[in-house]
Amino acid sequence: MILLNRRQVLLGGAALAATLAIGAPAFAQVKDRPVKAAFVYVGPIGDFGYSFAHDQGRKYLAEKLGDKVQTSYVENVAEGPDAERVIRQLAQDGNDIIFATSFGFMNPTLKVAKQFPNVKFEHATGYQTAPNMSAYNSRFYQGRAVLGTIAGMMSKSGKAGYVASFPIPEVVMGINAFTLAARKVNPKFETQVVWVNSWYDPAKEAQAASALFDQGADVITQHTDSPGPLQEAEKRGAIAFGQAWDMTNFAPKAHMTAIVDQWGPYYVSRVQAVMDGTWKRSDVWLGMKEGEVEMAPFNAAMPDNVKAAAQKIVDETKAGTFEIFTGPIKDQSGAEKIAAGTVVPDADLLKMDWYVEGVRN
Amino acid sequence: MNEALVVAIIVAIVTSATPILIAALGELVVEKSGVLNLGVEGMMLIGAVTGFIVSVTTGVPALGALGGMAAAAAASLIFAFLTLTLTANQVATGLALTIFGTGVSALAGASFVGITTPIFGPVFPASLSTDPIWRVLFGYSPIVYASFALTFAVWWFLKHSRAGLVLRAVGESDASAHSIGYPVLKVRYCAVLFGGAMAGLAGAYYSLVLTPMWAERLTAGRGWIAIALVVFASWRPGRLLLGAYLFGAVITLELQAKAAGWSLFAPEFLTSLPYLATILVLALISGRARTRSAAPACLGKPFRASA
Repeated sequence: MILLNRRQVLLGGAALAATLAIGAPAFAQVKDRPVKAAFVYVGPIGDFGYSFAHDQGRKYLAEKLGDKVQTSYVENVAEGPDAERVIRQLAQDGNDIIFATSFGFMNPTLKVAKQFPNVKFEHATGYQTAPNMSAYNSRFYQGRAVLGTIAGMMSKSGKAGYVASFPIPEVVMGINAFTLAARKVNPKFETQVVWVNSWYDPAKEAQAASALFDQGADVITQHTDSPGPLQEAEKRGAIAFGQAWDMTNFAPKAHMTAIVDQWGPYYVSRVQAVMDGTWKRSDVWLGMKEGEVEMAPFNAAMPDNVKAAAQKIVDETKAGTFEIFTGPIKDQSGAEKIAAGTVVPDADLLKMDWYVEGVRN
Repeated sequence: MNEALVVAIIVAIVTSATPILIAALGELVVEKSGVLNLGVEGMMLIGAVTGFIVSVTTGVPALGALGGMAAAAAASLIFAFLTLTLTANQVATGLALTIFGTGVSALAGASFVGITTPIFGPVFPASLSTDPIWRVLFGYSPIVYASFALTFAVWWFLKHSRAGLVLRAVGESDASAHSIGYPVLKVRYCAVLFGGAMAGLAGAYYSLVLTPMWAERLTAGRGWIAIALVVFASWRPGRLLLGAYLFGAVITLELQAKAAGWSLFAPEFLTSLPYLATILVLALISGRARTRSAAPACLGKPFRASA
C-alpha cells in the first residue's frame, strides 16, 4: 500500500495541473525522448499467425526507428473487460500511442481513449474512431484472390477445402474472393467450407483439412492461424497456402505461397507522425498497393503459367486495375447479386454476409 | 460411402482418440490412488514442448516422446510434493499446475516456434499399409499401439496385481491402508508420477504425431476432456477406452459431415456434438447409484499420517 502525506498530495496536484497545462495543445511533438508505443495482442506471439505477424510489425518498427521509439506489448489479452484494464494501464504508464490489434478490443479502446485525450489510440479491424483514436485494417482478400487463382489452375479435382474460423464478414469476404478468383480460371470450381469455430486449434484444423481431403478436395486454404492444415496437405501430397506469415518451413512441398500481413510500415508511419506532431485521426484500409498485404515467395514447383497468372493478379491489384469484387457476381443460388461492371463498395464488403456461386458451406 | 473413405474415417478416429485416452489413463490411476490432479492440461503442454525440443535437437522423435514423459513427470512431482507432503489443496494446486505448464511451455518453446521436426509416424513398413484394410491395422505411430498396451496394462494392474490392490486400498481408505502398514504417500507419489508421464506422452503425441510443430497452447484444452473422461468411464479402463473412441468418433464425424457438405444441421450444432455427447452420457451414468459411488472414497482428500 502506498501512503501519501499532505506534501506529496500537494506536489502531485501541482504536477497534475502542470501536465494539464502542457497537455492543452493536443498532440504536441515528441522530440526530446523516445516515443513510447504499446501493443495489445489477443493471442500469444508464438502462434505463428495473426498475433505473431503483429509482433513482427512491432519488431520492424523498433528496427526502423531505433532508439527514437520504445516498444512494449501485452499478449493473450481476452476481449472484453480484461482488455479495458490492460489498455487503461498502458495509458497510465505513459505510453504515447497504443495499438490494440483485435476486433473485440474496439469498445474498450474507445472507452479508454475518451479518458486519456492526450494518448493516441490505434485499433485494428474495427469501425469506431474518436479524435484520438484511429482505425486501421488490411485487405487480406486481395491476397486470397491470388490463392484462388493458383488453386483454380492447379487443382485436378476442381474442389478446394476451406478451413474457416467464424462466419464473420472478414472470413466470408476471404472465402468469396478465393472462390471468385478460382472460378475465373475454372468455372466449375467449388469451395467446401468447414467451420472449426476457433481461431487457433492446430489439431482440429489439421483434422478438418484431413476430412476435406477425404471428401475429394486436393487443395486446402485456411482462415485459421496454425500451420496444421498445411502439414496435413504435405502428408497427402496436396497443395495449400500459409496464413498471415510465410509458413514454407512447415510444408516445403505443399506450401505454394502465403498471405503475409506486413503491419510494420503502418506502425512506422504512425509513430513517426507522433514524433512529428502530425498525428491525426484516420480510418484506413490498406492492401497490396501500400505493401500491407504481401505474397510469400512462390513455390519453385509451381508451373510457370501459374506463377505468371498469380503475379499478374498481384501486379494489377497494386496498379489498381484489378478488383476481385467486380460484377457480374452470382450468389450461391445462381442469381446475379452484383451487376456487371459494378465494384462492391467497401462499406458493403465490411458487412458481407452472403456467399458467391461455387461456395458450399 | 466407399472403402477408402471408411478407412480414412477409422484412421481419423484412432488419431483423435489416442492422446485423450493416454492422458485419461494416467489420470485414472492418479484418482484411483485418491488424488485429484487437475493439472493434466499443463502437464500435456510441458510434455508437448519438451518432446518437440528433444526431437528437434536429437533428430529422434522416439527420444522426444520419452523426454516429454520425463518432463511432465517432473512437473507432476512438484504437484505431488505440494499436495501430498505439504497437504496443499489438490484442486487449487492442480489448477496452478495447468497455469504453470501453459506459461513455462510458452517460455521454453519461444525459440522453437516456426520450425519442424520429423514426424513420429507409422512404425510398420509402408508396404504393409498401402492396402486400405492393412492401413487400418498398421498405419499408425508407435504411440497408438502403446495406448492399447497401456490400457490393458492399467486394467490388469488395477484388477489383478497385488500392487494395484494396494493402490485401490489407498484410494478407498487411506487411514485403514496406513494402519495395516501400507505406505500411503509412497503409493500416491508413484501414481502421480505415472499420471504425469502419461500426460507427457499425450502432449508429445500432439507435437510429434498430429501436428509436428510447437506453438503455444498446442493441446487446446484436450487435458480437460481427459479429466472428464475418467468420470465418464466411472474409473474403469475398459470404459475409458470406449469413451475415448466415442469422443474421437464424434469429433471425426463432425468434421467429415461438414466436409461432405451436409447442411442438415447448423455447423454450430455439429461443433457442440462432442460436448453434448459427454453431457448426455454423464447424465445417464450419474443417475445410477452404483456408478455414482464408483469414485474412490478418498478422492481429493489430503492424508496426514497419525501415529
